[in-house]
Amino acid sequence: MSRQPGSYPLTIIHWFVVIFVLLLLVFVVEAIRRGRLKERYALLWLGAAGVMLLLAAWRSLLDRIAVFLGVLYGPSLLFLVALLFLFAILLHFSLVISEHRDKTRRLTQHLALLAYEVERLREEILRSAPPT
Amino acid sequence: MRTLIIIPAYNEAPNIAAVVADIRTAFTGDVLVIDDGSDDATAAEARRTGTQVLRHSCNLGIGATVQTGFLYAVARDYDVVVRLDGDGQHDPAYIPKFLETLSAGTADIVVGSRFLGRKGYQSTFVRRIGILILGMLSAAVGTRVTDPTSGYWALTRRAVELLARFQPDDYPETQALVLATRAGLRITEIPVLMYARTTGRSSISGALHAGFYMVKVILAVLIERIRSR
Repeated sequence: MSRQPGSYPLTIIHWFVVIFVLLLLVFVVEAIRRGRLKERYALLWLGAAGVMLLLAAWRSLLDRIAVFLGVLYGPSLLFLVALLFLFAILLHFSLVISEHRDKTRRLTQHLALLAYEVERLREEILRSAPPT
Repeated sequence: MRTLIIIPAYNEAPNIAAVVADIRTAFTGDVLVIDDGSDDATAAEARRTGTQVLRHSCNLGIGATVQTGFLYAVARDYDVVVRLDGDGQHDPAYIPKFLETLSAGTADIVVGSRFLGRKGYQSTFVRRIGILILGMLSAAVGTRVTDPTSGYWALTRRAVELLARFQPDDYPETQALVLATRAGLRITEIPVLMYARTTGRSSISGALHAGFYMVKVILAVLIERIRSR
């Protein structure tokens, strides 16, 4: 007994997710366009938004996956998917932060070494050729 | 043998000149103070003593500060580095003893232990328990030292090169010892007297902070064991 997608009307929660995700997509794309968000950090957001949009707007797909997973209430699957994406995004940020911490450290160290070197050279030059 | 003394310092303006002056009485070679982005006049005070001074433009933590010293030592071809704290806890009178121990050639890292001789500042009871736990932990992963949190070290060129590349972050002593052991470096301890700090604050203060420190170091030491390079 295969039903047409149209026979699964979207409920308010589906519409809520669809609208929310569309707003998120607009925000993310706009931020990329303005150069405020780098593509590499937007990928996970775009992926999450795409999957959420697909699942929320295509109710029969959501319900079929829910049945397959043994989830009784289809829309609750949306929460799970969103949560998993959030984990992925947060973990990704932790990795990025660690990487940046490392880079900041190396930059600061080399800056300290260079600043010392410059100061030493300046003194040396002043000593050998005093300004007239 | 070219020797460099490195002193990591963070907000130690009232102490640093005295520490350097103390070192001058025991050691005539090069002294490098690394100011870890202090808010006070640590760098200026250190410069007035005529030592070499490096300054981080922002605060990076003790691990990175010591590593900057190691990077400097490698770039300038020093054979031996002695590292001691800028707060007056470490008596520079031991510097010759450190160098003597290194020159015997049986160790790459010499750690000054306040517990070997059981004299001087033995830290507070709670801290001693923490240090004991870290000692047992590092022994379990192959590094046997009595004072794994000591910041009073002497290192050969080989050890300096290793740590200049792979110095652990934040509170590095215990972790660095495990790392060095894994890299095949030999570690020896000598007894030293330590003093309670007179001014300034420990980088580890408060119960919450100390708990955080312990958890972090324990995790770091365990991970160090399985880390890939």
